Amino acid sequence: MNNVAMIIGKRLGLGVLTMFMVSIIIFLAVNMLPGDFAQALLGQSATPEAVAAIRKDLGLDKPIHTRYFDWLIGVMQFDFGTSFAKANFSSYGGTAAAANFGTVADQIAPRFANTLFLAAVTAAIAVPLSLLIGVLAALYRYSIFDRIANISTLTSISSPEFFVAYVLILLLAVLNPVFPSLSNIHDGMDFTQKLQKTMLPALTLTLVVTAHMMRMTRAAIINLLASPYIEMARLKGLSPFRIIVFHALPNALAPIINVIALNLAYLITGVVVVEVVFVYPGVGQLFVDSVKIRDIPVVQACCLVFAAAYISLNLLADVMSILSNPRLRLPK
Amino acid sequence: MMPSLSFTYWSALVVAGALALYFGGRQIGNASGIARLRDMSVTGALGYSLLVVTLYQGASLYFGPGATFFKWAVHGVIGFGITGYLFQQLGRHVGTRATKKLFRSMPVTAALGILLILTYAIVAIFADFIAPYGQAEIFKDANLLPGGDPGMGGSPDHLLGTDQIGRDILSRLIYGAQNTVGIAFVTTLLAFFIGISLGFLAATIGGALDQVLSRIVDMLMSIPQLIFALLLMTIATAWFGSEKGMVTLFMILIIAVLDSTRVFRLSRAVGMNIVVMDFFEAAKLRGEKLSYLIFSEIAPNAFAPLLAEFGLRFCFVFLTIASLSFLGIGIQPPLADWGTMVRDLSQFIAYAPFPVVGPLTASLPLMAAGAIALLTVAVNFVVDWMLHRASGLKE
Repeated sequence: MNNVAMIIGKRLGLGVLTMFMVSIIIFLAVNMLPGDFAQALLGQSATPEAVAAIRKDLGLDKPIHTRYFDWLIGVMQFDFGTSFAKANFSSYGGTAAAANFGTVADQIAPRFANTLFLAAVTAAIAVPLSLLIGVLAALYRYSIFDRIANISTLTSISSPEFFVAYVLILLLAVLNPVFPSLSNIHDGMDFTQKLQKTMLPALTLTLVVTAHMMRMTRAAIINLLASPYIEMARLKGLSPFRIIVFHALPNALAPIINVIALNLAYLITGVVVVEVVFVYPGVGQLFVDSVKIRDIPVVQACCLVFAAAYISLNLLADVMSILSNPRLRLPK
Repeated sequence: MMPSLSFTYWSALVVAGALALYFGGRQIGNASGIARLRDMSVTGALGYSLLVVTLYQGASLYFGPGATFFKWAVHGVIGFGITGYLFQQLGRHVGTRATKKLFRSMPVTAALGILLILTYAIVAIFADFIAPYGQAEIFKDANLLPGGDPGMGGSPDHLLGTDQIGRDILSRLIYGAQNTVGIAFVTTLLAFFIGISLGFLAATIGGALDQVLSRIVDMLMSIPQLIFALLLMTIATAWFGSEKGMVTLFMILIIAVLDSTRVFRLSRAVGMNIVVMDFFEAAKLRGEKLSYLIFSEIAPNAFAPLLAEFGLRFCFVFLTIASLSFLGIGIQPPLADWGTMVRDLSQFIAYAPFPVVGPLTASLPLMAAGAIALLTVAVNFVVDWMLHRASGLKE
């Protein structure tokens, strides 16, 4: 047991180190920008006094390593700084009066909840579906069902998200108005309304993610079918369904859990395009909008949020696969 | 029996059919000794029953009125299937001994993939001769509908109509092959050049260089690629905001560097396996130079796995560039590009319910998106076959 704790501890430590390095990369990348924050905020025509006042107020006159640690400490307390677009610097017209800041955290928090909701709905559809199709494809491998599943999943893996999204809009919103094509959810809606509006983006992501998970489930199970203990079960005269569900599946669980976690991590990036297509108010859309208007603090924060989610899901995948390996969990 | 009958009714029919097949099959199988019928499982029977009902539903939808898109999809799937089969047969009977042998081991999907890739390559290379107009040429009639019928708001000069500022959509679709595919191809080549040279270098020299490069790659790979690309593109636009060409160039560099991390991993792993072999040791002892070791000893032996990887990486790069362009931060106008076209034409989807011109108008954005999807599907079909062949998976 000690052994496992040590491996997991090492892995977690490595994760924290990665997160730290990533935060340095993001911080440095943003600092490579020409000009600085204060100048960008006020524009070309600002007086030097006003620029200096904001620089002092935001701590931009300090050296870069001090600024980095200030930023990092802020981020730890969910303080991502001030958004360019939402900042109100009218009070800086010469005198440094109290300014009304629109903070990045205020913008991201509600959208992050929306993105999590979308990811949760997607996972709730995609995970059972892909397990079911994967098990069936392994059960009837090399049959017509398996071939159709293979070709259609290969097609949906290779299609860009927006192609799948627009085909779904065409079929389910324009020709047969089942779901709305605009997913403009807001806080006032109850759960069923939200779910109905979220359905099309969730279905799009499901199609993209299911394909990969299903293929890996099938491969993991088929991989095991050649092993002697499955041969034994077959010789005992068990039905193919029983062999796969009760004998092969528990041992294939480790790679499958790994793939599910990795695909959830993939959802994090896939969500960007899908949110833009459906105008879904999530972090992805905020990210793209901020990239377009070069709202650096928001870009920085979104990038960090996405990277953190990605790293922790990858970490989760690693820890789960360590935990589900009986040879590591139960040392002799 | 019309297809409009309720869902419950059809589900009940599927279950009833399955049960009839299961029990009936047992009786017939026992009597006639056909093992396939006798030993059929319930789930298997359910599958056949579902297949029959789905085929019936599809057929009644296909032969019924309306459902234009469904008919197109059916035509597309059948048409591609037949084309792939014909090309496969052609390859089996025409050509040298080696190509004939190659085509004999090839499934229809891979043959179709090769044919499609060739078609894309031809369109991309000869776009200047195929396209009726230039990609940035602006005509006075904007927003012409597709179909080429003047009575329906079209024009015989512009078969697929014109876009919001009066550019010929067909020409832009054709030039899109040149720009989108060409840029993705160049980016992948660049990514491979960077990734392979650093990967082989790390494998040959090892030691501190290997450690440093591997740790840098680990770090770059821990940020999701599209997100990192978006962050770097923000910086690129802040530097060269007004120069569209520089932004495109920067995008190529950014994606090539980000993607070379994956190539580095693979080529380092492949290189590591070659470095420990005797012939490499012998070459080293002969006192060969580093460049000879890399290009004449490692590279030829690493060719096969890297070729399959090239296909996969091309798909990734192509989709990333298309996604960036779709988000409005990738390939910059006036270059015609499929990702940007999908975004610009997307509101035409709402025209689908209109009679006569509706379906064709609505499929304009889908044509651009479909052009992207079709190429990646084609490459994946070929790569799938190559990997299957390389792994020696039979059964």
